[in-house]
Amino acid sequence: MTALLRLREATVRFGARAVLDAVDLEVTEHEIVCVLGPSGSGKSTLLRAVAGLQALDAGRVELGGRDQRGVPAHKRGVGLMFQDHQLFPQRDVAGNVAFGLRMHGASRGEQADRVAELLELVGLPKAQRRAVASLSGGEQQRVALARALAPRPRLLMLDEPLGQLDRSLRERLVVELRELFDELGTTVLAVTHDQGEAFALADRVVVMRDGRIAQSGTPLEVWQRPVDEFVARFLGFDNIVGATVTGDRADTVWGKIPVPAGAPAGRCEVLVRPAGVRLVAADEGLPCAVTARTFRGTHVAVHLQPEEGPRLEAACALRRAPEVGERVGITFDAEDVVVLGP
Amino acid sequence: MDLARTEVAEAKAPPATPARGAGRGGAARLGLMALPVAFFAVFFAYPVTAIVARGLHVDGVWRFGRIAEVLGQSDIRHVLWFTTWQALASTALTLLIALPGAYVFARFDFPGKQVLRAVVTVPFVLPTVVVGTAFLALIGRGGLFDELWGVRLDTTVWAILLAHVFFNYAVVVRTVGGLWSQLDPRQEEAARMLGASRWTAWRTVTLPALGPAVAAAALMVFLFTFTSFGVVQILGGPAYSTLEVEIYRQTAQLLDLPTAAVLTLVQFAAVGLILAIHAWTTRRRESALKLVDASAVARRPRGAGQWSLLGLVVATVALLILLPLGVLIQRSFDGPDGYGLAYYRELTSAEGGAFLVPPIEAVWNSLQYALAATAIAVVVGGLAATALTRRAGRLVRGFDALLMLPLGVSAVTVGFGFLITLDEPPLDLRATWILVPLAQALVGVPFVVRTMLPVLRAVDGRLREAAAVLGASPLRAWREVDLPMVRRALLIAAGFAFAVSLGEFGATVFIARPDNPTLPVAVARLLGRAGDLNYGQAMALSTILMVVCAVSLLLLERIRTERTSGEF
Repeated sequence: MTALLRLREATVRFGARAVLDAVDLEVTEHEIVCVLGPSGSGKSTLLRAVAGLQALDAGRVELGGRDQRGVPAHKRGVGLMFQDHQLFPQRDVAGNVAFGLRMHGASRGEQADRVAELLELVGLPKAQRRAVASLSGGEQQRVALARALAPRPRLLMLDEPLGQLDRSLRERLVVELRELFDELGTTVLAVTHDQGEAFALADRVVVMRDGRIAQSGTPLEVWQRPVDEFVARFLGFDNIVGATVTGDRADTVWGKIPVPAGAPAGRCEVLVRPAGVRLVAADEGLPCAVTARTFRGTHVAVHLQPEEGPRLEAACALRRAPEVGERVGITFDAEDVVVLGP
Repeated sequence: MDLARTEVAEAKAPPATPARGAGRGGAARLGLMALPVAFFAVFFAYPVTAIVARGLHVDGVWRFGRIAEVLGQSDIRHVLWFTTWQALASTALTLLIALPGAYVFARFDFPGKQVLRAVVTVPFVLPTVVVGTAFLALIGRGGLFDELWGVRLDTTVWAILLAHVFFNYAVVVRTVGGLWSQLDPRQEEAARMLGASRWTAWRTVTLPALGPAVAAAALMVFLFTFTSFGVVQILGGPAYSTLEVEIYRQTAQLLDLPTAAVLTLVQFAAVGLILAIHAWTTRRRESALKLVDASAVARRPRGAGQWSLLGLVVATVALLILLPLGVLIQRSFDGPDGYGLAYYRELTSAEGGAFLVPPIEAVWNSLQYALAATAIAVVVGGLAATALTRRAGRLVRGFDALLMLPLGVSAVTVGFGFLITLDEPPLDLRATWILVPLAQALVGVPFVVRTMLPVLRAVDGRLREAAAVLGASPLRAWREVDLPMVRRALLIAAGFAFAVSLGEFGATVFIARPDNPTLPVAVARLLGRAGDLNYGQAMALSTILMVVCAVSLLLLERIRTERTSGEF
């Protein structure tokens, strides 16, 4: 597999601050890579640098093995779907979708055929003459996608593709997008701050923090083995505690926690996923008070305050959830314990 | 949703021009600015400087002592004092009368709103000469009020003040009302939910948001009234004289260039100060306000209070704007032998002796001049606005303010400056027809820039980026993205420039040749001569001029949208 996109120590500074800090990244053909990070982590700048809308202060961007230094945005042959779509308000749907085709000198007939084909593909057949202002958020997103796909870019980039849509629409569209990209074999680099979106869409997830790549891996790898506290907390895991590992045990303020075999010995942080926190009788395990209960649909998140150390969250079956104020004991499941890097 | 907005805001935060591209962008900007800068240097700075120099540079020596000398004269001090206080009074009166109008236009939706809006705007593009004539017909000697009740105001300052309000009503309604209509009413609702009374909510939320707009409008009105020429010339009589009128008198009648030069400098300094304050308030106005679509906010008036407010505004418009114009039209038909077209017919003959040509020819002269002036103003102003669009430093902001100067610097000085500077090779233009359009374009350019700039700035840079990513080169992206969006603004700008050129008086009165008078010059000349026939012809010509201006404005209203109703 060849790398279609390769970033080598790509660096962008705004003033003294490095928004992209020596980022190395590869995207191979037909791969869907999702960059995940909180706002301000530099993920939008990453896309703009690849698109040629943002000049690099150091490092390089290669597309198809060729350095893109000095190549202006309109000659890079990549597509970018903007965060808030940026449809041209004075053109109708067909005018928007055909824009890139016109720029590349396609004939009117070709344009019309391709527009019809793409609108069919994104589920808006016969929408050619509609004004973009009359479209709903989801429809605008589809038109923006069709517009980006129309000139057959070698790399399609999506900036918060579903960011402005409501939750149910988002969940449906992310599945549609995934199916569409699989079908077309499109190479995709997307950025989002929504982990659910990233996990549903991507072959590979890249987590960014302060302009650097914190972790890269398949959704499952990242979810199961976050490398450090930042990634873990960004993914929504809060049961993190300082520990000293010796053999298959870690010493913490929560008592001894079993760790997976092969964990390096020494000081570290330990994460216990909520599913790995088992509620037992009050006189067994670590004694805790139940401070809150949050209904999460498939389970109840029980918030626990141990006598010492930070709070914990346990995922608990609906029927067995204790009441607020009850005292319970907890034990930890080695399978759901992750030893985090420094 | 809100998170997404924050993201958008953050994504915009990085500088628009990346460091590496700055050199090239800077060069392009300089290229765009070259023509406007050259235009202003040759046709504005040079003539004005030459006039000032001629007054103060005597026998090879600069006589700055003249300044103190002139300012020490009691009649000049009187002029300065009158100029200032009448401008202050006009501004206060305009705000008082127009602010309720701004509110009504911003918040109420009522049948005939579009028509009323157009009516209110007409005076702004009317030539000062027409306004003067209309008020003369209403409150002057033999005017409507004189005939009905024996009331004459043309020898009092009230005539000037009322004419100024008439003129600037639209400035306040447009500037303040434009912003008011886009203020999110939910901000006030939020304050009320936090326990503020209706009045407190208005005072603490809406008023501070409007403050800068009110200040900006007030400053514009002050600027226009401080430099008022045509209105005061016609309505002021010998008793009242503004700086601009005094400059004209000193230059054209007393041939006292040193005094005129000093007065020009004084006016220049005052205008510079006003514009500086205006620029400052405008910048503050651009600070973070939450704006919404105006059409979503306006609603039908409810209750007796709101309906009577609407009634009050309609009555004000009728009395203040429609009545003078109506009387003007009526007078133009009220001939020596009863109602008819007598005065209009008279316009076609050269017998009257006021001109070498039939006055009606002034219509064609004016139209040709104004068209040429519009073309010049659109090219120069369009280039300047495009150059100013890109975010830039102090230098460009200074250029921005510079472009406004012709609005305030004595037009009389400019006109006279043209005469004494553009008369030798390589710029021997005195004998050519282009001189008049050039002077008129000077006044048109600020309007073009003011109209184009907000629209150009409003084009989201990321639309251009979207076009670039889809394969459009920068030039192509400008053509495909910017141009379609600004086409409408360009038309509006051209319309304004046309109307303003058509009505330009101060400079044109100097440089229009006797056999090629423009409409305002012809009107003023007719008014300056005794006899009912001349008076009636002035009314008829003014009516024609008013109709031409009003028609061009109404055409503009059709293409103008709520969003572009900002500055003027």
